[in-house]
Amino acid sequence: MGVMKRVSLIFRAKANKQLDKMEDPRETLDYSYQTQLELLQKVRRGVADVATSRKRVELQMNQLQQTTGKLDRQARDSLAAGREDLAREALSRKAGVQSQLTDLQTQYSSLQGEEEKLTAASSRLQAKVDAFRVRKETIKATYTAAEATTRINETFTGISEEMSDVGLAIQRAEDKTEQMKARAGAIDELMATGALTDALGPPPDDIQAELDRVGATHGIDDELERMKAELAGGSAPKEITGSGGQADSSVGQPSGTSFQKEQPGSGGA
Amino acid sequence: MIIRIMGEGQLRLDSSAVDELNKLDSDLEKAVEASDQAAFSSALQALLAKARAMGVALPPDAIEPSELILPPEDATIDEVRDLLTDGGLIPG
Repeated sequence: MGVMKRVSLIFRAKANKQLDKMEDPRETLDYSYQTQLELLQKVRRGVADVATSRKRVELQMNQLQQTTGKLDRQARDSLAAGREDLAREALSRKAGVQSQLTDLQTQYSSLQGEEEKLTAASSRLQAKVDAFRVRKETIKATYTAAEATTRINETFTGISEEMSDVGLAIQRAEDKTEQMKARAGAIDELMATGALTDALGPPPDDIQAELDRVGATHGIDDELERMKAELAGGSAPKEITGSGGQADSSVGQPSGTSFQKEQPGSGGA
Repeated sequence: MIIRIMGEGQLRLDSSAVDELNKLDSDLEKAVEASDQAAFSSALQALLAKARAMGVALPPDAIEPSELILPPEDATIDEVRDLLTDGGLIPG
């Protein structure tokens, strides 16, 4: 016997076991209806849980995205300041953050899929529960207990199959959400310690500190050069303007980096 | 005949379609028995694709038992093994 048939027999056996427990088959209908309403609540909670998890992952993705942007800027600033070693460090951190991002993206779409499936399951179940309520009253009004049995069996087996399926779907979604919570917690922890997002975190950002230092030294060097040129007299103003143009671009760097430096500072305060 | 794809809903399909499904189902069964993950995935995808292509979705308010029940699309080999065990995966 194939997989499909065996699974359906197991679903049926579960339904039959429950049917056998009831003395009056009509009682089964009311009892089942209560269980259906509870399950509906559970699916809706499931949908909300998955959505919460998805939003948390989304938030983390945004934070990591900002971090890659910042590391990228730092790499450029480092290169401009002639510090390839710093640029390399920034880029290697960026690669680490990016691989976390890729991972999160996968989790995100998996959660999204789970959310869609549960939402669809919830509306299918709702439609069936509504239909069941009408049918159960009809059966109770029209048939004696003995006559009702066949109809009840079929209706009950049908709805209990749906409920088993939905129940399993919720379990699977819960499992996935739990895994996701654990991962999200781990990433939050990495972010908090600055291990992942050094560039963003409140602890002193070593790349930024080094860059600022380099930037400051450059600024001083440039200023010294300018002063030396001034002292040498106005013999070559054109040349000064020329080197001044170069100096401007590197003077622009420190002011840019010192602006960035305020971010961790103000975050810490 | 009515079948169910778990996690997706029920489909009505022609009884003549069952032979085709059975062929694919036996591939799936072999893969589960052999614990062959690659064969399992492709057999499951093929089976579900065939069922979806041949079936017509039942209205959501239909309450009818299914003759055949197919595992969910993202099921693992272990989950299918559990599905086949009484007291296994299926709740209630």
